[in-house]
Amino acid sequence: MKRTLEWQIATVSRIKPETAEVRTLTLALPDWTAHRPGQHYDVRLTADDGYAAQRSYSVASEPERTGEIDITVERVPNGEVSPFLLDTVVVGDRFEVRGPIGGYFVWDESVGGPILLVAGGSGVVPLMAMLRHRAATRVKTPARLLYSARTYEQIIYGPELDMLASQDGFKVSYTLTRQQPPGWKGYGRRIDDAMLAEVRKPLGLEVVAYVCGPTALVEVAADGLERIGLSADRIRTERFGPSGT
Amino acid sequence: MSELMDELVLDGNAAAGALAEIYGDDMTTVLAECASCGQVDPIGGLVAFVHAPGIVLRCTACATVVIRIVQTPKRTLVDVQGKRIPAPPTTT
Amino acid sequence: MPEKFVTRGFVGRREPAGTQTKRIPPGQHLVKDFPVLSAGPTPRTDLAKWTFRIEGLVKEPVSWGWNEFQKLPAQDFVKDISCVTKWTKLDTRWRGVSVDILLEQVELDRRAAFVTAFSDGGYTTNIPLPELVNGQAFVAYGYDGKPLAPEHGGPARLVVPHLYFWKSAKWVRGLRLMDRDVAGFWESLGYNNHGDPWKEERYTGD
Repeated sequence: MKRTLEWQIATVSRIKPETAEVRTLTLALPDWTAHRPGQHYDVRLTADDGYAAQRSYSVASEPERTGEIDITVERVPNGEVSPFLLDTVVVGDRFEVRGPIGGYFVWDESVGGPILLVAGGSGVVPLMAMLRHRAATRVKTPARLLYSARTYEQIIYGPELDMLASQDGFKVSYTLTRQQPPGWKGYGRRIDDAMLAEVRKPLGLEVVAYVCGPTALVEVAADGLERIGLSADRIRTERFGPSGT
Repeated sequence: MSELMDELVLDGNAAAGALAEIYGDDMTTVLAECASCGQVDPIGGLVAFVHAPGIVLRCTACATVVIRIVQTPKRTLVDVQGKRIPAPPTTT
Repeated sequence: MPEKFVTRGFVGRREPAGTQTKRIPPGQHLVKDFPVLSAGPTPRTDLAKWTFRIEGLVKEPVSWGWNEFQKLPAQDFVKDISCVTKWTKLDTRWRGVSVDILLEQVELDRRAAFVTAFSDGGYTTNIPLPELVNGQAFVAYGYDGKPLAPEHGGPARLVVPHLYFWKSAKWVRGLRLMDRDVAGFWESLGYNNHGDPWKEERYTGD
């Protein structure tokens, strides 16, 4: 179905801190459309003299929640849009958005599985939409998430991921690349082929992989997945980074 | 400093909004063939340079330009150099 | 176009112009950092293989290797620069060779009227010859007392400070003299052929 992509005015209805530098904004949308997990919205902020800045944010919520979406925003040092969304925005504020956008980095039942998700930092956001959708629809697609963060405190959605991992068919593995808490049982190094192979193993080789994070991590993980036997057409990537001008 | 540049490289997903505006439909799953080396990638998987006067999508294998997009206050212009990609609808 | 929807409290990351308003072209805002813009991957050119060439409508093309280029008379330049993406940076400090010095080394064909600057990676931009001479343009290899960094166009970039900065081709490898004007990378897709920031010549038709 074709639908013209129009700007609409979102209202911030809830704000939830995730980590010290990350928070989730719930946006009420007058013209809500169900998204496919992994899709994003463009956000446009306009100053009173007409100066505008535009960025893309992945939807973090599942499409089963109607009328609103969550976006999770991480502070980009010296950024222009993220500090505004983190420090200035309060509940009731309004700004322009358009979406949902993108059909490449998406997962739903039509794609199938098993699914292997690899996240670096805030790259977990679109993958979270997939996991929430999987949980909400109670599909049994086996799923694994390998999530690389610098420190334990920088893990986004930690409690919810652990809760989801207590249910059937989903497991999460963390790797903390900079600092590990005492008694840490997860990985403590950058993602490498051995780690990918271990996480992939219970899923078999016919997996669909989604990798999202900073460019360097995406390249290491995507190349590594090919080296451990996945075919390139079953690996989808999305690079996260400061965008716009 | 090269890490800084790496951070500036995104993928074709970042151009999804601009392309949807031009084509009236999602383009990220459409396959594009590099006119130079023949590499085939979905548009969403192309390498994207968005920190420029326009958006430049390049081949993942040889970095040849596949699509260029310029958004001016009045119109959006697109130049398709890769093969297999539908011609953009003519705007009035 | 629908009316703009103003976002409460959003000003953007812009420096107040302060007392410098007369130096900031219309529609521009001041920045203190040096934004990195790029339409392609940053080339890593081996200086042993780097050359700078003047070709086209000249009697004999000329080409300098890196070491030869360093021996050409260099100057320091302090210039204000404006990018079409609306930032202006004041008092940028460069070291390089004036285009006047480079053109002294060739005999120009009298038909030569336009220049295409060409770069590693395939980028091009077009500038009328009269706008590159008489101290208006230089090829820079130093910035702020250091070698010009690759993300800012090093080892060498063209700098034409009186035009929008996309004309100041990064990673420049030569100038081609021509009798006709050939639109460059951005000029061929909606950007203004000339690009004077003080006239706000951003897009075709401005």
